Amino acid sequence: MKQDAGAEAVRARGWLRTHQWLLARRASQFAVLALFLAGPWFGYWLVKGNLNYGLTLGVLPLADPYVLMQSLAAGHRPERNALIGAAIILVAYFLAGGRAYCAWVCPVNVVTDAAHWLRARLGVRGSARLSHATRYWILAMTLALALITGTIAWELVNPVSMLHRGIIFGMGAGWIIVAMTFLLDLFVAERAWCGHLCPVGAFYSVVGKFSPLRVSAVRRAKCNDCADCYAVCPEPLVIKPALKGADHGIGPVILSPHCTNCGRCIDVCSKDVFAFATRFSNRGEPQANDQRPATRSAEAPVQLS
Amino acid sequence: MEDEGKAAARRQFLFDTAKVACGVGMLGLGLGLYTRHAGALPPTAVRPPGARPEPQFLGACIRCGMCVRDCPYHILDLAKPEQPIAAGTPYFVARDGPCEMCEDIPCVKACPTGALDHKLTEINKSRMGLAMLVDHETCLNFLGLRCDVCYRVCPLIDKAITLEQQHNPRSKHAMFIPTVHSDQCTGCGKCEHACVLETAAIRVLPRQLAKGELGGHYRLGWEEQKKVGKPLVEGIIDLPDRVPESPK
Ligand code: SF4
Ligand code: SF4
Ligand code: SF4
Ligand code: SF4
Repeated sequence: MKQDAGAEAVRARGWLRTHQWLLARRASQFAVLALFLAGPWFGYWLVKGNLNYGLTLGVLPLADPYVLMQSLAAGHRPERNALIGAAIILVAYFLAGGRAYCAWVCPVNVVTDAAHWLRARLGVRGSARLSHATRYWILAMTLALALITGTIAWELVNPVSMLHRGIIFGMGAGWIIVAMTFLLDLFVAERAWCGHLCPVGAFYSVVGKFSPLRVSAVRRAKCNDCADCYAVCPEPLVIKPALKGADHGIGPVILSPHCTNCGRCIDVCSKDVFAFATRFSNRGEPQANDQRPATRSAEAPVQLS
Repeated sequence: MEDEGKAAARRQFLFDTAKVACGVGMLGLGLGLYTRHAGALPPTAVRPPGARPEPQFLGACIRCGMCVRDCPYHILDLAKPEQPIAAGTPYFVARDGPCEMCEDIPCVKACPTGALDHKLTEINKSRMGLAMLVDHETCLNFLGLRCDVCYRVCPLIDKAITLEQQHNPRSKHAMFIPTVHSDQCTGCGKCEHACVLETAAIRVLPRQLAKGELGGHYRLGWEEQKKVGKPLVEGIIDLPDRVPESPK
């Protein structure tokens, strides 16, 4: 893996602007945790519960639709609050891009990102071959298991809720499952968990299949093939069609539901190729709107040299 | 040539799919078997009021901890993965802290899924378990003392638990045996918590462990007679009871 991804962009635009989305993302992840922890730690009960279900300020219910779906499969009809909460979350992630959950909220993302960083630092080579579709099989398996056993079986081992609930209600041996996830990503396969296996991410990718908010390679004509974006992307497969599809008549918007809307590609591209956009901006001649931004982004290297 | 290549690719795709399916299938099988273990609640762990019977509860509870948060006495906890209770589900240990039987039942109200059944509106109707005087050898009342603590702390004193007088053959005094009545006991665990022994002689157990069940065909003669209002078999002669003559 490319180690100095983004170095070029740092030279071009400075450190802060090459890390702005990453910093925003971490801030968001920790803010979500802080909201849940303000109650148990400091007695400010802004949010009660955990990511599976939380009640904000005593009025706003938010629930994880995936765990509720398993409960439905297990044959239980939840009360109204859980259903309302799940509906709100579904709409929110549909709008923000399903896997925005992964990039902006999920606490395991911090763990697997850390594993990925360490993997590059240590120069760990070799990666077990896992299919990216495995997560959908696991997703189907967890639902089938709920149906067969009549219990929410996946919650017994789910690292996502294990970590989040653990931080808030007490971790116990939950650390072991989180550590296993870390080691899996570090030694067994690159981005094994979030990129191949996690059914929670798979679920949210389905939610965001037609999300309006997307990342787009708006100025893809400027791309100088440095491949920094591939190196930082947690789902590198999603970039190529959008970035290199001009000749095949493919629009610049990254339409793959695996894209987590993390914005890291926007950060590290020294040519300012990427930007947040809507999926509707994918229409028409993709190169047409390149004129104005192209001149602007071309200035930076000139100023430096 | 091209067809062959396509066929090979198709075969490879099938193999890959089979590989993933097998792997995930194994994982599912393992998890499924583990579910069966994790589904057995240890007898010391008591579910909050209104909890649906296991394993329905395990299909309904999403491990959010709202009940834990809203319990004013902080008796509830979410199970840690290493405990022999399904990870993340709420429970309490009566000996450490019993349910205080809040009249407004905040834990049930807080539950967003109905894993704690919202139909429970009177706390005295809850059935968290059933208290049992499990040890007749150490219970102080069985030893002939008047401890009575379990009886006195019961929120349903004289209904869920009564003192039944019995002859004490050792001292010729009376014994007052704490006796739990399953139609009234809520399983709150106050008796177990209060028991003065090192290890409680009275304990709340899951109802299915604590309760026997008569065969469906059993009829209690005296009850049937009450229902009918006359002797069940006509013409039975009631002979006078013969009492042995007392020795002079
Ligand atoms: S893939 Fe799963 S673990 Fe990874 S960030 Fe998304 S929800 Fe979290
Ligand atoms: S009834 Fe009250 S004391 Fe008992 S578990 Fe519920 S909230 Fe806690
Ligand atoms: S509030 Fe209900 S769903 Fe949440 S942990 Fe308690 S019993 Fe489970
Ligand atoms: S558990 Fe004990 S204290 Fe509670 S109702 Fe039953 S007998 Fe009474």
